[in-house]
Amino acid sequence: MSIDLESHPRLAPGCRMNEKAQQPRTLLMPERALRLNGPSLEIVERCDGKHTVHQIVTELQQLYSKADPAKVEQDILGYLALLQKERALDFEP
Amino acid sequence: MECGSPAPAFRNLRHTHMTSAITNPLALIAELTHRCPLHCVYCSNPLELAARATELSTEDWSRVFQEAAALGVLQADFTGGEPLTRPDILDLVRAARSAGLYVNLITSGLPLDESRLESLIEAGLDHFQLSFQGAREETAQEISGTKAHSQKLRVLEWLKRHRIAVTLNFVIHRRNIAQLPEMLALAESSNASRVEFANVQYYGWAFANRDALLPTREQLTESIDFLRRAQERLAGKIKIEYVVPDYYAKYPKPCMGGWGRKLMLITPSGAALPCHAARVIPGLSFENVKNRSLREIWEVSDAFQKFRGEAWMQEPCKTCDRRALDFGGCRCQAFLLAADANATDPVCSLAPQRPKVDAILTAINETNSIGAGLVYPGGAPPADEPLTKPALLYRPNPA
Repeated sequence: MSIDLESHPRLAPGCRMNEKAQQPRTLLMPERALRLNGPSLEIVERCDGKHTVHQIVTELQQLYSKADPAKVEQDILGYLALLQKERALDFEP
Repeated sequence: MECGSPAPAFRNLRHTHMTSAITNPLALIAELTHRCPLHCVYCSNPLELAARATELSTEDWSRVFQEAAALGVLQADFTGGEPLTRPDILDLVRAARSAGLYVNLITSGLPLDESRLESLIEAGLDHFQLSFQGAREETAQEISGTKAHSQKLRVLEWLKRHRIAVTLNFVIHRRNIAQLPEMLALAESSNASRVEFANVQYYGWAFANRDALLPTREQLTESIDFLRRAQERLAGKIKIEYVVPDYYAKYPKPCMGGWGRKLMLITPSGAALPCHAARVIPGLSFENVKNRSLREIWEVSDAFQKFRGEAWMQEPCKTCDRRALDFGGCRCQAFLLAADANATDPVCSLAPQRPKVDAILTAINETNSIGAGLVYPGGAPPADEPLTKPALLYRPNPA
């Protein structure tokens, strides 16, 4: 299950964020709900089928410019893999 | 267990809770009706079913969804009976969505055609859970007392044409456990992203039919191995959940995620329960959403307070390291098997009443030595035990 950097992650059917007015921001999924904050929210908000994985990495490296870029990339790929395992993401070409 | 729903006891909504005594509920189980075209012998509905005339109105349910969301509930599980027998089902989906809830439908797929499915999705349905009673018409019919399997296969085809999350729920027991590979093949040929193989849990109708349903240890072991391999093979494609019968477990399930901690169930006529089976416990009285707000019921009603926290616990639970993991197990099961709702769940290997469960298992395993014999798609039919139909107690329809 390696992740293609040029693919476009998109929330799978049945997975959506709660409304912006609702706090805390939560990823709703079949039989599960994940509270998101900080980097996890920044990542999931970009899983819109428009950003490539590579673009998400670049944007978050800029957003968290004090962090080690390699570590940021590694964390993002790890998080995307976790969401994929939960069947929360589809990776579109 | 209703309509192939996973044992609600195993719900695992991931959530960071405060450690204070009262947490907010995360899911509302909305039993919209007890009417159902199926008559499953393991139905989680009570032996005494709610009549149609007593069902909550559209307006009552809409208010309940608003109150639930205000209380912190994230998800609404529409179940029954068969929720699609409600003529106002589209209004109910819209009402729950506009309250801000995630809407999950648990259905037999029977009162459905493709245009109604489209309407449900347009109304905002988030997740479609289709129950199965087996991989074959004849098994499904024996269990549900209804010819329903071919309709479910049609529903699977319609679902492929729509963008919606699909879970297949197979309810597992001794009479269909050999069909697991066929069930999995069916799931793989569908567009389901999740499949739940949930063994029957023994309450209500299932408790009455337990001796005809409980699998043997050999069957269970083989099924666990089979599904473990399937989980590895299908990782990232289909998420497979397996719920085993807790009679075989070493420790009890954390029933409902703890009494009055995560879940609230509303019956068709509006009673608010901490779990499906709570009515079996003598001396508990339940408030009705027509008379009290959900918040009041959740926070202060006697029924929700009764087994919340640890004050009610006896030994060995009281000082057990696992009491914050499994909350002493299931109160209803403690009553059903040990005649004491305060007892440690008798399925726990540490429970003084565990020998009762062992005796039940011994009887099942000695009289049903038919072998596990998983049957693979295209293979010979399972070595069924002779039909014991007269011994099965089918649930009827309410008035």
